[in-house]
Amino acid sequence: MREMELTRRDALVALGAAGVAAGTGATVLDRAPWDSGEPPLSGDDVDTLVAVAAVVYPSTVSGVRRFVETYSLGRVEGRTEYREGMADALATLDSYATDWEDAEFAALDADVRDGLLHDMAVHTAHPDPAGTDAERVRHFLVDELLYALYTSPTGGRLVGTENPPGHPGGIESYRRRGPDA
Amino acid sequence: MSGGDDEGDGTATDRTPSERADVCVVGAGPAGALVAHSLAKRGNDVVVLEAGERFDPARRTERMERHLRPAHGPLSVWEMGGPRDAFTAPGERHYPLNRARVKGVGGTTLHWQGLVYRFHERDFAEWPIDYDDLRPYYARAEAELGVAGADDNPFAPPREEPFPLPAFPPSHSDSLFAEACERLGLTTHSVPSARNSEAHDGRGECVGYGTCKPVCPAGAKYSADVHVRKAEAEGARVVDRAPVQRLDHDDAGERVTAAVYATPDGETHRQEAREFVLAAGGVEIPRLLLLSRSERYPDGLANSSGAVGRYFMDHLFAGMGGVVDSRTRQHHVGFMTSECHQFYDDPTAGTSGTDGEVPPWSGDVDPGPLKLEFLNDVGPTPVGLALDADEWGDDLLESMRTAYGNSVGMGALAGQRPRAENRVELDPSVTDDHGNPVPAVHWRVDDRTRATLRRANEIQHAVLDELGADVTWQVGPENTGPAFHHMGTTRMGTDPDGSVVNPRLRTHDLRNLSVASSSVFVTGGALNPTLTIAALALKAAEHVHERL
Repeated sequence: MREMELTRRDALVALGAAGVAAGTGATVLDRAPWDSGEPPLSGDDVDTLVAVAAVVYPSTVSGVRRFVETYSLGRVEGRTEYREGMADALATLDSYATDWEDAEFAALDADVRDGLLHDMAVHTAHPDPAGTDAERVRHFLVDELLYALYTSPTGGRLVGTENPPGHPGGIESYRRRGPDA
Repeated sequence: MSGGDDEGDGTATDRTPSERADVCVVGAGPAGALVAHSLAKRGNDVVVLEAGERFDPARRTERMERHLRPAHGPLSVWEMGGPRDAFTAPGERHYPLNRARVKGVGGTTLHWQGLVYRFHERDFAEWPIDYDDLRPYYARAEAELGVAGADDNPFAPPREEPFPLPAFPPSHSDSLFAEACERLGLTTHSVPSARNSEAHDGRGECVGYGTCKPVCPAGAKYSADVHVRKAEAEGARVVDRAPVQRLDHDDAGERVTAAVYATPDGETHRQEAREFVLAAGGVEIPRLLLLSRSERYPDGLANSSGAVGRYFMDHLFAGMGGVVDSRTRQHHVGFMTSECHQFYDDPTAGTSGTDGEVPPWSGDVDPGPLKLEFLNDVGPTPVGLALDADEWGDDLLESMRTAYGNSVGMGALAGQRPRAENRVELDPSVTDDHGNPVPAVHWRVDDRTRATLRRANEIQHAVLDELGADVTWQVGPENTGPAFHHMGTTRMGTDPDGSVVNPRLRTHDLRNLSVASSSVFVTGGALNPTLTIAALALKAAEHVHERL
């Protein structure tokens, strides 16, 4: 598989699609949404999110940390309820990791992280922001990350479309024969 | 001017009645917005009462996310459902009413697909007005909505001037269908669309979010909040979260005197006006008239004919699709760019082309009008596959690559004849959040409509076969569903014993009560109704203004 690099631009474009970053184009790219103040998630939280992304994103994707930092931090800024939901889901995940594996989630090997998420039944959980532990982890962490990736042009290209639903990729692409044709 | 864009309990906004109003419009969807704008710009004092809220355009991307992420139900996108919107569907076939409408400033155009057609001349055969009567209003409606289109449809009725905006060119998927259709003798053509193919009227061009239905985050798709803002700029007042409970009339039973409406603070108010226009859609309009029964009108207001709520019609969907062995580029945009109206006026006719044919209809029951659609948004989406999966990582990507990219599909709308037993009535056994009986939708699909759906499926199968598609799904004739076009429930006519409004859209019974809605349609053809709703709204506004 060809490696696909997720860029900061991907994250900012995805943020725009998610209604967080006001404006488009250069205005969005000039600054990250949280540049004006303290990051809304802690460094440990970001580490945990990146560790989840490393499991749920395909191995051919690079640049995950930068993407996750930019996207997720931008997503939760100014959205207290959502940030709290995400922080709670991260804490829940870490508590399972500590109970079952004696280490925080981010410190575990990738295959152990994958196994832990499966043991929690996150893979079959229906996402629910007010649901069970598995349902909240699914909604705030796994689906959050997958939504960010697969509504971005880079995520779309992995599947064969440069303009996936949720991404404002213009009105030329639907007429082309392929992403590069 | 006052708005209702407050959050929370909604009590911060002044929702008390206007002291003096020439016109009170009930409903802020496309009909109400156009009526309000048309009358306000002529210098009339207009008040619009809207049951739903005024949505913040800046939050549309969040609404898109609700649509794309499975944690949120479809009704949450535009806050539908709950006691306010309760209904029953005791008919032969369930009717998913709250999937079919949006209450709020902009109305159902907030979640519509934005396809806008003129009805064909023969669609008016049973109406008291004809195509020529409506033709100038169609042209004005196209200008107001900013319709993108091309004069390339040989089956469309005559038109006098170009569309306001250039058409969206055909998609890559359309080009595959066009070749197959040509071999069978089918003609494909563009689709008139109420969305900006280029910047227009202070709104940007379509940017391809691909989620038009149910939400366009960019605002490139026309929605009626556009004309609400224009009406307000002309001095109209729009009161949101103000559901009208009933209409009161004078002692003689000749004029409506007030619209009685509720507000979020628990109060009830009376908005008086010289003229009243009902523009709340094909379900809530008959419901309001039935709720407004009085000693003088025990069967409901404007219902001397008994036709209020009767003759409910919708269009039925027929579809078919599958996969081909090439990339079809689905889901780049959320709307259609090619259709075929060849079978609209004569659905029984066969066709023949360079390499095949569609045989003539051979069934016992003749089908009604139908239109064929070539879909640009069939099959799974990347984000949909990812969020519905029970796997992730490389396994998920491999599954997604298999599932996405080769889908093709066709849709069709089938017309339904007006039948008195298809109806909206009050269900006294269930009440809404204000204690009013909810609408009960009685709906069934008759043999003629089934024949139309079968005919649509037959043609679709021929085209997909010619395309070399492996057909994997079919909608119709039995597993059909409504297209969410509510028509016929306050039908137009010249006979007060058989219709509710006259050709000037005024009720036969009350001299200052008009209806602007698809509820006045006598028949529904098989084309999406909103341009005809808009044209009739402009016509109704003109007649109301003449009386003021």
